[in-house]
Parts: sequence; structure tokens; C-alpha cells
Amino acid sequence: MTVVEADKDVRGRPDAQPGATAPLLQVEDLHTQFHTSRGIVRAVEGVSFSVDRGEVVAIVGESGSGKSVTALSIMRLLPRLTGKIPQGRVTFDGRNLLDLDDEQMREIRGRDISMIFQEPMTSLNPILTIGLQIKEPLQIHLGMSDDEAQARAIELLNLVGITDPERRLDQYPHQFSGGMRQRVMIAIGLACNPKLIIADEPTTALDVTIQAQILELMKNLSRKLNIALIIITHNLGVVARYADRVIVMYAARVAEQGPAEQLFHKPRHPYTMGLLRSVPRLDHPRGSKLETIEGLPPNLANVSTACRFAPRCPFRIPVCEQEPPLYPTDTGSLSRCHRHAEIAEGKITWSSLGGVGLNFAANTEAPVLSVRHLTKHFSVSGGLRGASGTVRAVEDVSFDIYPGETLGLVGESGCGKTTVGRLILRLEEPSAGEIHFEGVNLSTGSAAELKAMRRKVQVIFQDPYSSLNPRMTVGQIIGEPLHVYKIVSGRKQNEERVADLLENVGLRPEMAERYPHQLSGGQRQRVGIARALAMEPSFIVCDEAVSALDVSIQGQIINLLEELQRKFRLAYLFIAHDLAVVRHISARVVVMYFGRVMEIADRDVIYGGSLHPYTKVLLDAAPVPDPTIEKQREPRLIKGELPSHLAPPTGCVFNTRCPLASQECREVIPPLEEKRPGHFAACIKV
Amino acid sequence: MTIADPILPVVPVTESAPAPSRQPNRFMDFCRQQPLGAVSFVIIFMMMFAGFFSPLVAPYDPLAIDFASLLAPPSADHWCGTDAYGRDICSRLIYGSRTALVIGFTSSFVGSSVGAILGIASAYFGGKIDDWIQRFVDILLAFPLIVLALVVVAAFRKFSVGGVDVNLIVAIAIPIIPRVARVVRAAALSVRVAPYVDAARAAGYSHTRIIFRHMAPNVVAPYLIMLTAFIAQAILAEASLSFLGLGVTEPTAAWGLMLSGNAADFYRQAPWMILFPGIAISLAVFAFNLFGDSLRDFLDPRFKV
Repeated sequence: MTVVEADKDVRGRPDAQPGATAPLLQVEDLHTQFHTSRGIVRAVEGVSFSVDRGEVVAIVGESGSGKSVTALSIMRLLPRLTGKIPQGRVTFDGRNLLDLDDEQMREIRGRDISMIFQEPMTSLNPILTIGLQIKEPLQIHLGMSDDEAQARAIELLNLVGITDPERRLDQYPHQFSGGMRQRVMIAIGLACNPKLIIADEPTTALDVTIQAQILELMKNLSRKLNIALIIITHNLGVVARYADRVIVMYAARVAEQGPAEQLFHKPRHPYTMGLLRSVPRLDHPRGSKLETIEGLPPNLANVSTACRFAPRCPFRIPVCEQEPPLYPTDTGSLSRCHRHAEIAEGKITWSSLGGVGLNFAANTEAPVLSVRHLTKHFSVSGGLRGASGTVRAVEDVSFDIYPGETLGLVGESGCGKTTVGRLILRLEEPSAGEIHFEGVNLSTGSAAELKAMRRKVQVIFQDPYSSLNPRMTVGQIIGEPLHVYKIVSGRKQNEERVADLLENVGLRPEMAERYPHQLSGGQRQRVGIARALAMEPSFIVCDEAVSALDVSIQGQIINLLEELQRKFRLAYLFIAHDLAVVRHISARVVVMYFGRVMEIADRDVIYGGSLHPYTKVLLDAAPVPDPTIEKQREPRLIKGELPSHLAPPTGCVFNTRCPLASQECREVIPPLEEKRPGHFAACIKV
Repeated sequence: MTIADPILPVVPVTESAPAPSRQPNRFMDFCRQQPLGAVSFVIIFMMMFAGFFSPLVAPYDPLAIDFASLLAPPSADHWCGTDAYGRDICSRLIYGSRTALVIGFTSSFVGSSVGAILGIASAYFGGKIDDWIQRFVDILLAFPLIVLALVVVAAFRKFSVGGVDVNLIVAIAIPIIPRVARVVRAAALSVRVAPYVDAARAAGYSHTRIIFRHMAPNVVAPYLIMLTAFIAQAILAEASLSFLGLGVTEPTAAWGLMLSGNAADFYRQAPWMILFPGIAISLAVFAFNLFGDSLRDFLDPRFKV
């Protein structure tokens, strides 16, 4: 990324100010509570940290750990009626923010501290032009005239790498892609020369290649303009690439904080150690089983005086009944663990789970599912002028899946991977091509054959919150297929089978009486898996089945899926955008881009010796949770954005972003050829 | 990340505590969780009781004319006063609750239920079926409620079962159908794309099962709101039809009729003639609305702790 070329310094050097040695932001013993109908929820308890000028600090934690609430408390953006800060000090630039009245606080927000949110699709007002939204803070906070604001807005768009800013200022948010919208959000955040930007999961909603661009941009801007940055994220890879210091939060408290290098290489808290081990990684050899942190985070409405992590900690000892303070450690970081010294001495390490690796022997059987030349076009029409066109969501996709095997399907959003899953599930009708399941052609099969196939092909969805009917109990959800397909007869047997299935997915049989909203995300996903298993399927489409889950929970679910695969000899189509997760679970991998298959090969070949330039770029963009590797490598950033589906590129669909593209690529559609045995790629350059 | 997010995991997720097994008493649960709903249920129950046992409850014959006390103000003898014929308004209100409940509630219930099913089916099937149902709804919506009811009443022969005018119920129910169908369809469209409906389709369930088991319970909120809101409209529509001579007719005791008949001529001298029927209708509507809201919250498992 070379867009950050602010040739003139856009604000006064902060180090010229008096008192520049004091930290810009100092949070001391911050407590935040929510008063709810279920009692007081202590969302943040005794959090202290400081941020220097121009420093990048990351706050990492699972959902509910209090990381976002910490940010909202600093900004004083808590819900007015329920959110309270009973204790603590937030000193920003010499002023305690908690003492300011609403008027003074409003002046600080957006001017001295600005915030960037996760969802670029909804953070911009859809009925106002981009220009209006960038100019608004300039006119309100800095009292600029319209002309001045216009000039500054153009300068800002240039700064965040949006080309042709004069024209784009008059456009509306829907005319920008997700990555471009996030750039606009950053431009708005930068508008008043803030001293601090708080970015709450700024890239979580973005694709991996776009994520790399945005993070690079933010980091460069922070350096260039000496803006301090607080990045709140659950993604350890993002942290490793960009943060100077890291704060790990667990159950409303700081578990460990320290310099990024130390924290990643020498973690001094069991939670940090576990977290680093439970992510599938691209930079490590693939283990046979993912390490996980068992159990769930505690309920914040009702916490004991023991160490918060003790119930999940494999190293707990009697002294852990007492809440530990933040101990300074040998590495200069702070750790809330009684046994930090023993960890430092290497006396405590996570034992490897070992376990049996999946056997990916060459398949000699007939494929359970075979897809040939699958194509799906959606016709779109709309707008007052009756604009219409065809979206080629899936174009000529072919692959086989063998019994007991996992085929990974990776690609960025909009590449058609989810549509492929829906076509296989017969939730959409294909425009062309054939799907054969256990030898039956699904387009020509009889009604009885199709009904039998419905049972054998099941699905696990991404969002555990919306994939379960909120009006049904867990028992009803899992028991329904048993009843409909008469798999068991009678109420008693149905209940027994449900209990059985719940145990299979690691839940207690009593859970059958619960409603989905009473469960945590991971538990809901387990219920979704149990529902799929109830049909006794031979093939399951896992559509982003773990991407909505927290890191420690994600590992548990992946292990469960692998265990069930061995037990029931299931075949999976594992659709995901996370390359490390796909690498961990798949035997073979299909890489899709813009509706077409780019490359198919065995997992180790894809991750070790991929041929297609798109696969290479994708692997390059994925962050790895290791600061040393991240700082060394020069990311080969992929340029540009996904092309528009209404105006697809001619020739190879990747030619608009490909580093190797030539004139020929713009003319010829490359066929998917077997370049090496079992290794297919669609590129004329390799 | 939303502000509510950090609170989410607080929902009890303890794997250890098994729910104490007790005999579920839905009615007592309802009264405990929804005290306002219980109060409104008592009001509705009282109306139903008065309607069923009118001869026992009412102090006078609703049709008895008493020339000695025309337009008498409320007193110990006549709690709600008398009308221009000297009939006891209190007794007429008690007898009138029959008509109000039967016509008002039944027509609103029938109309809203048919409308809801039509709306969900329209959203679920989509495409051509959706187009056809919605154009049909458009046509019905083009007529004002009262005009459509008039047409239906006029088109069919008078037909009554057990003294209840079925014709009138149908006439009032039909104009309600498209209005409910439109609103429920909008809600059902968002349910239609929910992954749990996809999951049900992927499981190969029948259309009927998906519509009634998976979609209908999730649009029950707008349905109940429309249902209770239309009860009031139905009582008033019944009054209007009565006024035009197509519904129940004088001297039958009916709330709408009491408001719209010669009360209009006398309300200056005898405001109680319109005051008490007005209060009766408002109270009924209020009770049904409140009951509907409480029922909606009670039926939604997400509101339970």
C-alpha cells in the first residue's frame, strides 16, 4: 500500500506540546456495570492501562470479556439508563473524561478521540452522500466553511487511498464496497486530526485481502500522523501484525498485558497460552487435534472470588481460590496468575492432546457427492429505469467428495461458495450442471429418491443465533426430524434418542428443555450439529460453521466435527473464509474466486506449493499470530477490489487484480487443468 | 459489536443446574409473569360471564320500556341511567356484551387468522403465488372496510346459527383479511430468510409443517397486535352495519347500536346514554389489547428468565 503519502504534516507535532512525556490516555481501575433485570452485570472490573502518543495498543478477548465496554466507557457511550461507571479514572490529555459534562464530552468525541466500528455497511447513513458525512464533523467541531471542508474532505479521501475523490464525494454509501466504506469511516475518523482512534473490530466484517489493506493503511496513518490507536479484536493474527502492546481481557478483567513480542512468545498467563494454542495456524505444522480451552467463560452477573479463569484452567491449585492481583513478570508484562513464575521457569506447559490424526488415504471408493459443471445465474432487475442483468454466482464448478472426507471450500465473500452449498442442499435450483449424490442425479431423480437424499445431506449454518427456531426447545429442534422421518417411534424413544444425540455433541441431556436463547454461541452450534446428526446423514455442508464463534470455542467445535466424522464416517463440505481453519480440517481444498474454481489440490499442496496467483495472494494476506514473522514479512498486498458482478471481467476473472495478468488473460478464459497429478489450477501462466 | 453484546453471555448457561421438575401450570405462570394480562383477562372473563348469564346478572329486562323514567340519570335504581324509552342502560350493556363478544371477537379472530395464514403462505412461496395473493389483497384493500362489509352482507342470504348472525361475522371478517395479510407477510418475509427456515427446508419438511411449525410462531407478535386492534374495529363496524339496518337491529341490545341510535339526539340531555356504552367498548378494547400484548410476551420464550 503506497497510498499514505501525506506530503504535508496535517497537524501540529504532538511532541512539541508540553507534557508530552505523560501518556496520552491513562485508564485507572475502571469499573463498568450494567444494571439489568437480572441483576448487576460487572462488565469491566478494575481495568488499568495507558496509551502513549502514536502507540498501537490491542485489546484482545472473547465476546463478553469486556473489551468493547472498555472502549465505550472511555468514550462515555454506555447506554444511559443501564450503564454505570461507579469507579475509576480515565485521564486523556490531562483531563479526567469521567468528570466532564455531556457538552464537553461531545467536543472530545470525534475531535480528539474518534471511533471506528466493525460494520462498515451500517455505520454510514445510506441516504446522505459520503461528502456530507465527512464534512459534517469538520463543520461542527472545527467550524470550517463549506469550501474549506470540501478541500479537507478531498485531502482525507486521498489519504485513505480512494481515487478520484472529487467525484466520489457526491456518491452514496451503497456505491462503495465494504472495504471502501471502511476507508471512508477511517477518513471520517481522521477528519479532525484526533489524537486517539479507537477501532472496534475494524476488519472483522471484511475479506482477508481487504483486511490486510485496511490494517496496513491504519498502521501507516498512525505512524505518519502520530495518532495513537486502540484496536479491539478477537483475531490474534491482526494483533501480531500491528500492535506494539497487547492487553488480554478475560471475564471483565485484564488477564495479561505487555509488549506484543513478549506476550506472543512468552505468555505468562494460562489463558493467553491456551488462546495461542487453540487457533489453527498457517505457520505451524498441522497438528492432528486442535488444543482447546475446555468450558465456558463465567457468568458476569454472578462471579466468585476465585481466579476467573480457574474453572477452565488445567493448572489450578488451591491458592487459585483467591483472586490473583496483576503480578509483574520476568518479561516485563503483567499477569493475573499466581503461578506466573512457574510458567516463566517452564514448569507449566500445556500438554499436547495428541489424539489420532485423520487418515487421509487415497480414496478408492466411489465419491459420495459429485458435482459437474455446476452453474447458477441469478437474474436481477430493479431500479426505476428497469436496469437488469445476470449475476453469474457460480460458473462451471466441478468437484468430488469421498466418504469420510472433508473438502474445504475457500474464497472471499461473493465468490459463490455459499451458493454452491445451497445448490447441493437443493435450497436453490441450479441453472445448469449436475449434482450426483450416492449415484442419484438430483435433477432427474424421483421424488422418493430426493426425499431420501434430503435426509442424507444435512447442513450446519454459520450463525448459531439465527439457525435455531427461537420458539422451539432444544429437544423439539433435535426431535423433530426423528418424528417426521419416523426414525424412532413413540415419545419415550424420541426423548432417549435426543438425549443420546446431545451427549454425542458434548451437551447434557437436561439441555433438551432449554430454549436456544438460553444457550451460549458454542452450545447453540452444538445443538445445530445434533439436529443435523439426527437425520443420520452421510454428508454435511458446514457453511462457515465456526466463523461466528470465539477462538477458544471454535477449537472445541472443530474437534467435535472431526470426532463425529471418524465416528459416523461423515463427509463434509467445509465452506469457510479462514484459511487456517480450512487447512486444519480439510483433506483437499477448493479455492474459488468470483464464481469460478481457481485451484483444487490436496491440503498440503495448496498450503505448501500452490500454483494459482490468487491462492498465493490469499495466503499472503492471512495474518499469522506471531509478531516476529509478521514484522519480517513484506505483505504482498493484493490491489483493487472484487469486480462488479454486473460487469464481470472478460477472460480470466482474476485478471483485474492478478500480478501476472497479461493481454492474453483478458481474452482467454483459462480452463481448470490438471497441472500435476491431483492438482488442478485455472491459470494459463502456470 | 453492539452495546448489548457483553451482556449476552450472562444468560444462564450453567451446565450443572438441572431444572427442577415441576408440574407446569401454564395459567398460573401467565398470572405470575403478566399481572396486567391477568387483570385484563379478569375483565374479559367478566364480560363473557355477563354475556352468557345475562338474565341472571342483569337487574332489568333490556327490552322493558318504562315510561315513568325516560332519560333518567344514573341512580341507585338505574346504575347507568335509562335511555329515551326508559330502558335500563346497565341491563342493555350486559346483554349487549353477547353481541360485542361474539361478533367483535369472532370476526376479528377469523379475519386475522385467515389473513395471517395467507400472509405467511404468500411470503413462504414467493414468486407467482406471492404475486397473485398480493394482487388479490390489493383489490380487497381498495374498498373501505364498511363498504366491503356491506357488499358481503348484501350478497349473501341471512344465515344464523344459534342466534348468531354468521353472515355478519363473515362480512366483518373479510375486510380484515387483507389488512392483516399485508402486515404479517412483511414480518414473514424476514422469517423466511432466517437460517432455521433454510434448515427446515434442507431437512425436507413439508410446506405445511414449515409454515405452521416454523414460521407462524415467529410472526405471532404482529398477528396478536392486529387481532386485538381489529376487535375494536369489528365492534364499531357491527354498529355501523346495524345503523344501516344490515346488522343487529333495534330493539336488540348492542353496544354499537346504543351509541349510534337515537342517543345522538339526546346526548345533551342524557350524556350517560353514550357515556356508558362508550366506556364499555373502550374497556373491552383495552382489555383485549392488554391481554394480547401479555399473551405475546408470555408466548415468546426469549422473554423468560
